[in-house]
Amino acid sequence: MAFESLSEKLQNVFKNLRSKGRLTEDDVKAALKEVKMALLEADVSFKVVKEFIKAVQDRAVGQDVMSSLTPGQMVIKIVNEEMVRLMGSETTEIKLKPSNEITVIMMAGLQGAGKTTTIAKIAGKLKSKGRKPLLAACDIYRPAAIQQLQINGQKQGVEVFAMGTSHKPVNIVKAAVEHAGKNGFNVVIIDTAGRLHIDEDMMNELIEIKENVNVDQTILVVDAMTGQDAVNVAGMFNDKVGIDGVVLTKLDGDTRGGAALSIRAVTGKPILYIGMGEKLSDLEQFYPDRMASRILGMGDILTLIEKA
Amino acid sequence: SKTRNNIVSGIDSIFSGFSSIDDDFYEEIEEILVMGDLGINATTAIIEDLKKKVKENRIKEPKECKALLIKSIKEQMDIGEAAYEFENRQSVVLVIGVNGVGKTTSVGKLAGKLKDQGKKVVLAAADTFRAAAGEQLTEWANRAGVDIIGGQEGADPAAVVYDAVAAAKSRKADVLLCDTAGRLHNKKNLMQELGKIDRVLEREYPEAYRETLVVLDGTTGQNALAQARQFQEVTDITGIILTKLDGTAKGGIAVAIQAELGIPVKYIGVGETIDDLQKFNADDFVNALFDVKQEDE
Ligand SMILES: Nc1nc2c(ncn2[C@@H]2O[C@H](COP(=O)(O)OP(=O)(O)OP(=O)(O)O)[C@@H](O)[C@H]2O)c(=O)[nH]1
Ligand SMILES: Nc1nc2c(ncn2[C@@H]2O[C@H](COP(=O)(O)OP(=O)(O)OP(=O)(O)O)[C@@H](O)[C@H]2O)c(=O)[nH]1
Ligand SMILES: [Mg+2]
Ligand SMILES: [Mg+2]
Repeated sequence: MAFESLSEKLQNVFKNLRSKGRLTEDDVKAALKEVKMALLEADVSFKVVKEFIKAVQDRAVGQDVMSSLTPGQMVIKIVNEEMVRLMGSETTEIKLKPSNEITVIMMAGLQGAGKTTTIAKIAGKLKSKGRKPLLAACDIYRPAAIQQLQINGQKQGVEVFAMGTSHKPVNIVKAAVEHAGKNGFNVVIIDTAGRLHIDEDMMNELIEIKENVNVDQTILVVDAMTGQDAVNVAGMFNDKVGIDGVVLTKLDGDTRGGAALSIRAVTGKPILYIGMGEKLSDLEQFYPDRMASRILGMGDILTLIEKA
Repeated sequence: SKTRNNIVSGIDSIFSGFSSIDDDFYEEIEEILVMGDLGINATTAIIEDLKKKVKENRIKEPKECKALLIKSIKEQMDIGEAAYEFENRQSVVLVIGVNGVGKTTSVGKLAGKLKDQGKKVVLAAADTFRAAAGEQLTEWANRAGVDIIGGQEGADPAAVVYDAVAAAKSRKADVLLCDTAGRLHNKKNLMQELGKIDRVLEREYPEAYRETLVVLDGTTGQNALAQARQFQEVTDITGIILTKLDGTAKGGIAVAIQAELGIPVKYIGVGETIDDLQKFNADDFVNALFDVKQEDE
């Protein structure tokens, strides 16, 4: 793979400058060209890459190369720090109300992103923490969407609230919350149909739900393999509907997942969990620093710097 | 019927904004291509080729340069009617791809298309893994008005395909369409499972014309190249179905795949209804690729 060598490439760029005291603009420019390529190959948005490179450049030029670091390592260190800063430096969880109240969570995203599967995964997680989740089947469009949620709900031992395909999603949500109140559920997770961010009618459907029901958390589910369009998608879901967090799915693949950085940059919202497989237990915490290394294609970033 | 919503002539504005062919001009083109998901390698190759041609032909006008660029990408992406030979033969179409890209939906749409042409179509529901995958395809079979052969959840997908071949033969089907479970290309066991399905078709249905379509989500970035490459190792891919082009994604990774692996795009998905599958049109595709400015501003 081309990326494994980013650190090597950076070392090469600086090969001849090993013991320079300060990083000059030219040094940094040459090095950051390699970083730029790596980020674009990882699908980080072109614009985000430009801004990122500029930020690193501004920080790096004139820096003292510490006696323990080579110029290459110094640039990597700054790149890594900027990246982690952008990604958010801590892991986050979905915010839940106290267990005597009902927390309403709405999942949204493009078609096939992994919403229905992720809902079942989250439900299982909440259940094991002693919560009592109810899943609301509001995808009235996709063939067999309700059955899919029901089968997954059954696997997780979590109840699914469904009203077929002839009611408006907003009414299904209202009824589900009422059902939850009467039957002692304290989390309602809404499975919505996949939709395009430019489909106004479908986006309005989500807005209507939020206008009529107190949705506590709106979570955008995004396929980690998404390319340059991730900024448009995340930006529009955030602007139109408003999102509180993101779940990145299918990270069990070999994608570098640059969309994570784009989404963070454009929405500022935390990435909560990552999907690591099709099994309903395959949901993991998101660690910003690990994601940063993955995007840069340098699993060894920290050791690389630490070893110095 | 629907067309890609972003087919507009934004190309001219890009190329007329420059009075000469300089570094800024090339940088702009580079930006457009990268933002269309072509990736750095394909983009660099295209720009290098363009620069060479500009020099050889002593081109001075950005506008002429545009014509050159568009022509060369179109030529690369162009496919003849021969690409759809399977529609006219007794054939079996294996539809594969990673999770959630639109395989089942595309099988449904394709079934509808073929049925409209008066073909007898049988569907094989060989995704026995994902929750309600069979029910989903059954609904599509109903919409298209075609037969479906399925298996229980957890059944061996190769066995389902085996049964479906038998059914296709006995019912004298023109086309057998096989839906498969989504699988990431880096999962060895799942790729082996696909190899097994491939061999069943090879062995049990040698008289049928083989078509193997990999479905790629048009929103996918550089990973689609790895997907195509890995699936290619397990089975001979004959074409791509590029889905979800009704959004704002350009699907430019298909250009990189065509360049590197020689796999042509045959169909595009432009929505969720049965009519939203179109034969690939290189002109429209390349035009949409260069129409970036409108959304930007
Ligand atoms: N490998 C892998 N597959 C996943 C993951 N999450 C979801 N999937 C798969 O992705 C496909 C789509 O998942 P769904 O949950 O149906 O996606 P969705 O967003 O609900 O889809 P629509 O309702 O059609 O918009 C299924 O095959 C899932 O099994 C993940 O983290 N890893
Ligand atoms: N907007 C749009 N949505 C599409 C298109 N093709 C498929 N979809 C949607 O994408 C989602 C996933 O489609 P499926 O056909 O279930 O995908 P799949 O590849 O069979 O998924 P798995 O079997 O889970 O791997 C569904 O919500 C479809 O309606 C398309 O061309 N445009
Ligand atoms: Mg769903
Ligand atoms: Mg499917």
